[in-house]
Amino acid sequence: MNAAQEIAPVNSPLRRSVHVAETPAPRSPDGSLPAAPLELPKLKVEKLNAWYGSNHALHDVSLTVPARSVTAAIGPSGCGKSTFLRCLNRMHELIPGARAEGTLLIDGKNLLGRDVDPVELRRRVGMVFQRPNPFPTMSIRDNVAAGLKLNGIPGNHAEVVERTLRQAALWEEVKDRLDASALSLSGGQQQRLCIARALAVQPEVLLMDEPASALDPIATAKIEDLIHELKERYTIVIVTHNMQQAGRVSDQTAFFYMGDLVEVGPTEKIFTNPSEKRTEDYVTGKFG
Amino acid sequence: MAPETHTDKVYEAELAQLRDRLLEMGGKVESAIASSVRALTERDTALAEKVIASDREVNRTEVEIDDMCRRLLALRQPAASDLRFITTALKIVTDLERMGDLAVNVAERALDLAQSPPSKPFHDLTELADLSGSQLEKALDAFVERDVKKAEEVIAGDDMLDALYHRLFNNLLAYMMEDSRVIRRATSIMFAAKQLERFGDHATNVAEMVVYMVRGTDVRHPGSRGGEGAPAAPKA
Repeated sequence: MNAAQEIAPVNSPLRRSVHVAETPAPRSPDGSLPAAPLELPKLKVEKLNAWYGSNHALHDVSLTVPARSVTAAIGPSGCGKSTFLRCLNRMHELIPGARAEGTLLIDGKNLLGRDVDPVELRRRVGMVFQRPNPFPTMSIRDNVAAGLKLNGIPGNHAEVVERTLRQAALWEEVKDRLDASALSLSGGQQQRLCIARALAVQPEVLLMDEPASALDPIATAKIEDLIHELKERYTIVIVTHNMQQAGRVSDQTAFFYMGDLVEVGPTEKIFTNPSEKRTEDYVTGKFG
Repeated sequence: MAPETHTDKVYEAELAQLRDRLLEMGGKVESAIASSVRALTERDTALAEKVIASDREVNRTEVEIDDMCRRLLALRQPAASDLRFITTALKIVTDLERMGDLAVNVAERALDLAQSPPSKPFHDLTELADLSGSQLEKALDAFVERDVKKAEEVIAGDDMLDALYHRLFNNLLAYMMEDSRVIRRATSIMFAAKQLERFGDHATNVAEMVVYMVRGTDVRHPGSRGGEGAPAAPKA
């Protein structure tokens, strides 16, 4: 038993030590294989199709995301990677005319089922966006607690605020000014605040859509370092245009092109010896 | 998508330049080993001196290629086949440089032997030189053509080179036993032969890296290979 398992969200019964031989072991931050037993896939996507009106944006995407690992989705603009990400917490369907079909299992339960409450789903599957989007009129503290209040979660919010700000590696920088406006923070701090806000409602999966593309290299490094820490507890799917970033933070990489999932595999393999010619051309910079 | 060249033409040119420099260096080493053996068998001291002098250029090229590779790694963050190509270049440049040194060693033996009376001709030595030279030539062809089959031929061909070396070694032993006055000369020839055998080992290293570069699989050090008369362990 490792420490991460002890503090894993309680509403995740399948997070106990379950051995699944075919699940690739995620790398730990120091690159060694974890001593903890392999876990069930957290997310299992089967034949996912998505449309914007008549535009068929994702074609039969099947992919497994192991628990407590980082999966990066890469590909050129318009390849479907953000659509894929937004399907994972059913934000895709919020766009007028958009729809998705297929099977999306989280801990074995279908997310696209009629009986699934999208609001509850989005609590379990949190999202961090490209541009830091703290609530502008709220303090740092209230930003973090916003999700708790919204979800009507009772309890000691102060404790949650401190814990999640610590998890988001922001506590030391803001602990003396929790009542200051969220907008008084730098871009990188705001992004970590948004991560803290996402973590406050105890999600199991964290979706990140280009979380560092608007940040400078130092703030980016902090976010990436944070991702390494967060994957001890959370399952992370990140969309990034920055292939080096995918290489740095992810355990597995999925390459999307024109709505197809061309290839998914261990990140090291995708960047040293991909199986598909289209992946090879993309990661080596042969775009035509 | 799927064009054969990089979108960034400057990057494409940099990679092509790296390949060309390696080939150029390989060509120099190939001609150095051939010349050094000719200098030995034909007692041509001028040619031996020329081989020794030309090694400076080979060394300089090694440093340049190392620089190019480091620059590409740092500035381009190459991936997949480009990454394998550049790391292969970094490794085979070391082999090529050592091969240049081996040619110098042979050339130095040639100078030494030219001071002594002519030895009994050793056809095996010329054959050994031709074979090791052609091993390098084929390895470089495999590199340029990204031809795994050719690279595997080089790897398999090393056994023949080793066998030839051992035949020559035994012949030289017999020669020395017959007449102790030739020991000094025969030892020099034996030394030269050893350089050629090692030259072949380095050609094998190059070929193994070509297989890695093309396929992404490491074929070095399989359990079945090696063991014949303790061939020179490839230097790091």
